[in-house]
Amino acid sequence: MQIKAKIMDTEAVERAITRIAHEIIEKNKGTEGLCLVGIRNRGVHIASRLAACVKKIENAVVPTGALDITLYRDDLACASGRAVVRKTEIDFDINNKNLVLVDDVLYTGRTIRAALDALSDFGRPRSIQLAVLVDRGHRELPIRADFVGKNIPTACNESVEVRLKESDQVDEVLIAVKE
Amino acid sequence: MLWTRKDLLGLEYLNREEIELILDTASSFKEVSTREIKKVPALRGKTAVNLFYEPSTRTRVSFEVAAKRLSADVINIAAETSSVRKGETLIDTGKNIQALKADIVIIRHNCSGAANMLARALDISVVNAGDGWHEHPTQALLDMLTLQEKLGSIRGLHVTIVGDIAHSRVARSNIWGLTKLGAQVTVCAPEILIPAGIEKMGVNISNNIDQALKNADAVNVLRMQFERDANAAFPEQLEYFKKFGITSERLAKAKKNIIVMHPGPINRGIEVSSEVADGENSVILEQVTNGIAVRMAVLFLVSQGKG
Repeated sequence: MQIKAKIMDTEAVERAITRIAHEIIEKNKGTEGLCLVGIRNRGVHIASRLAACVKKIENAVVPTGALDITLYRDDLACASGRAVVRKTEIDFDINNKNLVLVDDVLYTGRTIRAALDALSDFGRPRSIQLAVLVDRGHRELPIRADFVGKNIPTACNESVEVRLKESDQVDEVLIAVKE
Repeated sequence: MLWTRKDLLGLEYLNREEIELILDTASSFKEVSTREIKKVPALRGKTAVNLFYEPSTRTRVSFEVAAKRLSADVINIAAETSSVRKGETLIDTGKNIQALKADIVIIRHNCSGAANMLARALDISVVNAGDGWHEHPTQALLDMLTLQEKLGSIRGLHVTIVGDIAHSRVARSNIWGLTKLGAQVTVCAPEILIPAGIEKMGVNISNNIDQALKNADAVNVLRMQFERDANAAFPEQLEYFKKFGITSERLAKAKKNIIVMHPGPINRGIEVSSEVADGENSVILEQVTNGIAVRMAVLFLVSQGKG
């Protein structure tokens, strides 16, 4: 893996998250009935930062959960699907809520498909919206994001590396070339 | 770390990392059973066969519930109502189950080594649900998950196992697992129920329950199997209760928050008093709940570890 370019630095990541928080509040006309669910692992960190931003802007606490989609993957049966199962923590009722699903990178759309299946086992939200820090294109399913931090056109042999302070000690987004 | 084995035969064969992976996975699976819809699609389209040559309710039902919560199909075969009665060998039965395109066989057998033998003969996954006096790995794993939840970490814990150590697969699996994760294990029983050479497994031996409870963080009370061999050793069940039974009086002299575990079914008034079994130190029913998460983790991992 060879780093090709730095696409976002600390400030850019922070600004993108702040803007998305504003957009979420605008689209949902406030925070009434709003909840956030981050997809493990980095989506969870972004979701809790969004929640902190929303609290700063609207002075309201939005319920925030974590979703592990491993058990819903469509490639579980083959070797590439092997992954460690982590905890799902959604300890609030999602029925009739406006739920914002949060992930770091939107790529093929398969993770989001799995997340939608998982959420339907928890209840029936009024709406599910999708927020991602980076949309890199190359969708394989009819899925799009409602809130995007940055659109980054990529080639298939490239990968997008999102690094966040919570797990990687630094906030940045890089493009790397697979060797 | 990723799981690479097609079978789970015993904790003797696993390293520390593998045991920790099962416990971590089980800990994640606990949440599924708290949902309104208690089901995930992870094993959709897979078939698990419960092949039980010994009577069992709790273990069989626990495996069945675990498999169903993973969306697998489950078939139960009890030896007394099957072709085993007509003299079919274990391996023939196993090969027939494999020919039905089942994916996992969960076996309980009265002969030590039955699960190992079946695993060698079959390409599909074999999970040991208890074989003779050998191992009962999922019971030990659920005991360890319960300990970990209650006390944070297995490392450095003092765990006393009391009862018929000689004939206990639960004791053997617990000893393997607990010592690999860094616990100090003491086995406590009348001399005649301590098997020769057990000290080679790295445990302390005691014939005095009061002493064995003194520094213990947890006591795992084995079921006295009077239906098997214990009669010979202890003609008087009451005598056993007096000398080794876990009572409130005995617990009063132990650590205040000592955890009392029991694999079930309980003989009240023989190995443990009702007061203790239903008391606040007891985690017996939490063990049952954790059993489902552990078995979900095992079924999930062995089907990942194949091919």
